[in-house]
Amino acid sequence: MGAIADFLGGPDVVIAIVKVVVAFAALLVATLLTIWFERKVIADMQARIGPNRWGPFGVLQTVADGIKLFFKEDVRPRYADRWTYGLAPVMAAVPSFLAFAVIPFGDHVTVGGERVDFIVSDLNIGVLFFLAAGSIGVYGVVLAGWASGSKYPLLGGIRSSAQLISYEIALGLSLVPIVLVTNSLSTVDIVAAQAGSVGNVDLFDGTFLQGVSELFEVIPNWYIWSQWPAFLLFMIAGIAETNRAPFDLPEAETELIAGFHTEYSGIRFALFFLGEYIHVVVISAMAVTLFFGGWNGPIVDEFLPWIWPVGWFLVKTIAFVYLFIWLRATLPRLRYDRLMWLGWKRLIPASLLWIMVTAVVNVNPEGVDEQTLRSIRLAVFGALFLLVLFVVAKGDPRLKQVVTPERPRSRRAQKQGVKSGSS
Amino acid sequence: MADTYLQVIFWAFFALMAIAGIRVVTTRNVIHAALYLVATLLGAASMYVLLYAEFVAWVQVLVYVGAVVVLMLFGLMLTRAPIGSANFDNNQRLVGAVCAGLLFAVTSFIMVGAFEGQEIDFTGTEGTKVQSIGEAIFSIYVLPFEIVSVLLLAALVGAVVISRRDEGRVDS
Repeated sequence: MGAIADFLGGPDVVIAIVKVVVAFAALLVATLLTIWFERKVIADMQARIGPNRWGPFGVLQTVADGIKLFFKEDVRPRYADRWTYGLAPVMAAVPSFLAFAVIPFGDHVTVGGERVDFIVSDLNIGVLFFLAAGSIGVYGVVLAGWASGSKYPLLGGIRSSAQLISYEIALGLSLVPIVLVTNSLSTVDIVAAQAGSVGNVDLFDGTFLQGVSELFEVIPNWYIWSQWPAFLLFMIAGIAETNRAPFDLPEAETELIAGFHTEYSGIRFALFFLGEYIHVVVISAMAVTLFFGGWNGPIVDEFLPWIWPVGWFLVKTIAFVYLFIWLRATLPRLRYDRLMWLGWKRLIPASLLWIMVTAVVNVNPEGVDEQTLRSIRLAVFGALFLLVLFVVAKGDPRLKQVVTPERPRSRRAQKQGVKSGSS
Repeated sequence: MADTYLQVIFWAFFALMAIAGIRVVTTRNVIHAALYLVATLLGAASMYVLLYAEFVAWVQVLVYVGAVVVLMLFGLMLTRAPIGSANFDNNQRLVGAVCAGLLFAVTSFIMVGAFEGQEIDFTGTEGTKVQSIGEAIFSIYVLPFEIVSVLLLAALVGAVVISRRDEGRVDS
């Protein structure tokens, strides 16, 4: 061990390598379980049984599918661009893995005198790294669409490049308020800022609302309370970034067969799926990190103190993965123009507005002691903000407008000059 | 030991950037040219990382790799997609080479003149702080920053005006 460590450049390097390998393996296993989980949950919601042949409760189904895909023929269309066609699935899968590098999935543990933090790399610009990795992920879809040399993948590729670029802006802007409040771009700092409970709120002291003050001692100090407009914006943009329902326009089956991956088969097809599910896990983990206190949890026992934070992190992340699946089973796909309209004309202005509100409230001449009061003020502003959004949305004539698709006219109707369809 | 690693990484990325940069101008397929450009830009980002400028590096990836080149690909797909490998060649290679050479000469002349003989000692640095970059942009370089913002806004409005000139009033 010592010799290897010296050869590689010290124990730091060994720890880094071990962390990368563990995170990689954990994500692969997470993908297997997420796919099985999704099939089971959706089956349950549709009153079916779902996979139940391989392993207990069919949990090995994904392994079987993976092995099958691995041995299937790798078909490449004649007009495909050889080099890019092979590159695209890799570009779809790798960035999702990268983004996980900045997510703290536990506290730290001391092994042989060396402190090991449960994060692959604590970059001081972690949030930015997460966004940058997501932005590289666009290439997988765009290149797959172009390189297949086929019409439907191309349409899927064009759609997705427009969609992903639009929602990337909203995603980036939705993270700015968190950075403003924490005063740091590091995910570790963001989690540390959410430790403990909301704490002393002497707002109601001495009044009949004394009980409310005591309640604040129990509530965890998560950003979700004060930053929930940012959370909503993050989740909407995040789901759009993963290309999942109701934003799965790039692969809309009813219009584009399978969109960008129509021509792919075998292991390359599996890589696209790997990328998608890891992206789901990573976005869930990021939502937990930014808004739900990361690995902070109510109980940390003396027995194996490092395993509890990891457990809390897993529980919260699984809850978000469930949310993703639940949405897929519930919501129909958006129409394409609505998707762009939502992204550019609603999400981006809303997130800009919320950044301004947060920045104004965050200006604090009195001192740092006001932390909690500031959070309450933000929460109140958040409620007002959402009310405004709701009123704007309700008053929008576009939402009430029902668009009837034009029916193809029959020959006779055309001759007689009868108007058909909408108007 | 760490220095040797840095040297190896530096030269590896240097080779990547050089090869990709040459391929950008020699490949005949526009989409491939855009992808080689991505490789070059990623190489530049890695150079920033080697200089402990992580913030600049990831902004480079986010803006140039994640947005600018994707937009270029988007434009190419909308216009030239089925062709892809169309011949974009013309007879202005010499002019192009002369322009590029002059640009390179002028830039390197200015850079060498500005930083000649300076050596930055990175031992013990934690890297550039985001705060100091922000302060620099909004105090020392605030005028260029504002000029660039106005320029970009003008370009944005101009693009909309040109692309929607024929449509007249559609959304009224």
